Amino acid sequence: MIPLTELQKELRYDLTNACVQCGYCLPVCPTYMTMERETQSPRGRINLVKMVAEGRIENISQIMEPLELCVGCRACETACPTGVQYGKIHEAAKNALAKHKKYSPTVKMIRNVLFKKVFPKQKVMVSLGNLIWLYQKSGLQKVLQKTQILDRFPNHLGEFERTLPPLPSIKERKMVGKHILPEQKPKLKVAFFQGCVMEGIYQRINRYTIELLKLAGVEVIIPKKQTCCGALHAHSGEHNQAIELAKQNIDVFSQLDVDYIVNNAGGCGAALVEYDHLLENDPDYKEKAKVFVSKVRDISQILVEAGNLPLQYPINETVTYQRSCHMTNVQKVKDEPLQLIQSIPGLKLVEMERPNMCCGSGGIYNLIHYEESMKILSLKMDTVIDTHATTIITTNPGCLIQMQKGILNEGLKGKVRAVHLVELLAESAGIE
Amino acid sequence: MENRVIEEIKRLIPDPKRVMTDISDLYSYSYDASFGTYLPDIVVQPKSTEEIVRLVQLANQEKFPIYPRGQATGLSGGSLPVKGGLVLDLSKMNQTLIIDPDNLVAIVSPGVLTADIHKAAEQYGLMYPPDPSSSNVSTIGGNLAENSGGPKGLKYGVTKDYVIGLEVVTPEGKVIRTGGKTVKNVTGYDLTKLIVGSEGTLGIITEAILRLIPKPPATETAMVIFDDIVDSGRAISKILTSGILPSKLELMDQASIQAVEDYEPVGLPRDAEAILLVEVDGHPLAAKDEIEKVKAICIGLGAREVKIATTKEEREELWRARKLVSPAIVKIKPTKISEDATVPRSKIPEMFKRLKEIKEKYQLHLVIFGHAGDGNLHPNIITNKLDKEEMKRVEKAVEEIFRATIELGGTLSGEHGIGTMKAPFMEMELGEVGLVMMKRIKEAWDPNNILNPGKIFPEPGQKLVLSE
Repeated sequence: MIPLTELQKELRYDLTNACVQCGYCLPVCPTYMTMERETQSPRGRINLVKMVAEGRIENISQIMEPLELCVGCRACETACPTGVQYGKIHEAAKNALAKHKKYSPTVKMIRNVLFKKVFPKQKVMVSLGNLIWLYQKSGLQKVLQKTQILDRFPNHLGEFERTLPPLPSIKERKMVGKHILPEQKPKLKVAFFQGCVMEGIYQRINRYTIELLKLAGVEVIIPKKQTCCGALHAHSGEHNQAIELAKQNIDVFSQLDVDYIVNNAGGCGAALVEYDHLLENDPDYKEKAKVFVSKVRDISQILVEAGNLPLQYPINETVTYQRSCHMTNVQKVKDEPLQLIQSIPGLKLVEMERPNMCCGSGGIYNLIHYEESMKILSLKMDTVIDTHATTIITTNPGCLIQMQKGILNEGLKGKVRAVHLVELLAESAGIE
Repeated sequence: MENRVIEEIKRLIPDPKRVMTDISDLYSYSYDASFGTYLPDIVVQPKSTEEIVRLVQLANQEKFPIYPRGQATGLSGGSLPVKGGLVLDLSKMNQTLIIDPDNLVAIVSPGVLTADIHKAAEQYGLMYPPDPSSSNVSTIGGNLAENSGGPKGLKYGVTKDYVIGLEVVTPEGKVIRTGGKTVKNVTGYDLTKLIVGSEGTLGIITEAILRLIPKPPATETAMVIFDDIVDSGRAISKILTSGILPSKLELMDQASIQAVEDYEPVGLPRDAEAILLVEVDGHPLAAKDEIEKVKAICIGLGAREVKIATTKEEREELWRARKLVSPAIVKIKPTKISEDATVPRSKIPEMFKRLKEIKEKYQLHLVIFGHAGDGNLHPNIITNKLDKEEMKRVEKAVEEIFRATIELGGTLSGEHGIGTMKAPFMEMELGEVGLVMMKRIKEAWDPNNILNPGKIFPEPGQKLVLSE
């Protein structure tokens, strides 16, 4: 074998050599589309990692910007004729960079609070959700939206405030139990992975998910000690934290005797199905992770498998479907959401051009790289508008927030809405 | 390049986004899909002919090289900035794509993607036939410079057969127009054909007029399985001499078949020595009749099985096996040296034999899959470029493949171009005088050696080097 240096191991130099630099990834890369230079393309980024690993570029911080500006949609992997594992290379490089990087105070604040204090702690997420509910109900939201205080938040955080849905009350939150049995004999038994953003901000979608599963004849268990999937950590170079979170989830879910582990967030699902990669060098967890991964499913897959969803209320609208990159490119779940959309009575699906292109949300990419994210979103919204759809369907909270932002940006508020697929199914099934 | 010159370039192109000097950017324009890393001093993305004229004039004044580039999908090193200088990224100069259905032509800017020309022509029931497999990524400017081919070359010819007019910035920074919109044109030397395939050494193409043809209404596809690869070679010759001209005739050898089955089983027979994929197009009745004739010919020459697709889905399924070859073979080892040595069609069986000998002599993983119908065989050596010892054997094997090709009356390159990769072998094919005559053309057009220096013509003592 050819010996590799430590740096080469750290940067997964072995994987970069699978790239034959054919360039087939260029046309599907959203940042190559908006930034129009090779440096901001998958082939370019892989080459830069290679140049550092070979010592031709001595200072790793010289490749920081292009690696940070990758939105992480993994569309390049689907276009690659030689199966280059871009996700792994990118993550390894982000880890190496995280060791060297000095963040600006605001970004550091966002990273610290989100990665360590908020996402891994469900209580914090739920309390945050409750605080937002109070903020909305108390009238403070209306007052603040009229002032310009929100616009002075760093990194355009204030702008995203306007994308928040009306949050459930503390009472409504408590409507969901921990073990839900359908009325007839259960067809399937599943454990539900709540997801931190989903449970904090979109708890109503989680509740609809459980109601739909119940209607479809599925028994649902919601384990209490589950934690954040770790996706945002892994994508931001916080490798060790991602591993800790994965282990905790594997421990919690492995104790349950269930057919599947179900989630409703494309990004979380993608992290969960890659736990076996994340833990491939951990002898204690390697096998457990494989079993865990074999059970992970998106909600759409379970609803299709269980079948017979009573979708009785027609939705007479033109809709379009914004695919979650992580669901399409990583989980490879493509057909089931379409099958479900097409089973809703009255609805007309018009696909946008380049339906697989990323919307630019990318975890917290839209917070940290606001300008670049908005350029990608603008390309996306052009294709959405061409469909004349009044509803945009998503399957991931990041995409949902981004689509709502797109609606605001294009002045379409009140004319176009963005929903999670589960919300639309609940609407058609008559779930309140 | 001196700072003073860099500053002057920035003054000529006042948009900072289109002028790059950061180290990460320079490394991003240091490669293509072939071999080697060559750092330029500056990268510029021009948007107009005028900007290019100014840059070329400055280059002549300050004596720095200019390397025109599309999306760098080339396999022979045509766009590599081997002597530094300025990389001229033309992929963003894509403003014009006009279909003129009355004259059956398309007018295009160099940065337009080849696949976008296909799509635009189809809107009018027309077709731009050249279909390099990179057409979703490659720019037409790169196709023109390299005179790209593709599977359809067998029936429809290659890029040069569809170019009837060009706008070109000369190596001294003047603008000329060659040809025009007419199919017939014999006024003076055919500069259009001289520029096409000159690999960016004689001019920078800033606009092209391309000939379009009516799109054939029907296609039929057959997959033919052979126990013996030499039989498949005979079948190719027999099909081509029986009055049928397939639109595509592709071959996969046993190594490719086995690699595909290991990678993603699609039900190919692992014990077969060769599979042919034959496609005919034209009037629906003619296409049906022809594909049946192909079947009869192949059965008559010992084919084990012939499958004819009856639906679009079945057709795609047959082609899927061929598309899986590339991802499948790089699972064996990561580096793929794709050669495009081409022999006269009658020599195809002989070439198979020679390749088998070379493979055994150098103990290499050599697979053959490609456009067998036009003699453009694409032997691929699968190796690992980090393995220095094996790479030395690869270099020798490649040289021997070239030698065999020339001996059989063939050519070094059917469609990839010469670039840096094949320059050392030019004299072998052209002879001393042939090469000198080409060099004289280059010197007359480009007295200061500004455009793409270091390509096509070998430097004294230059050898093929695949290990860096």
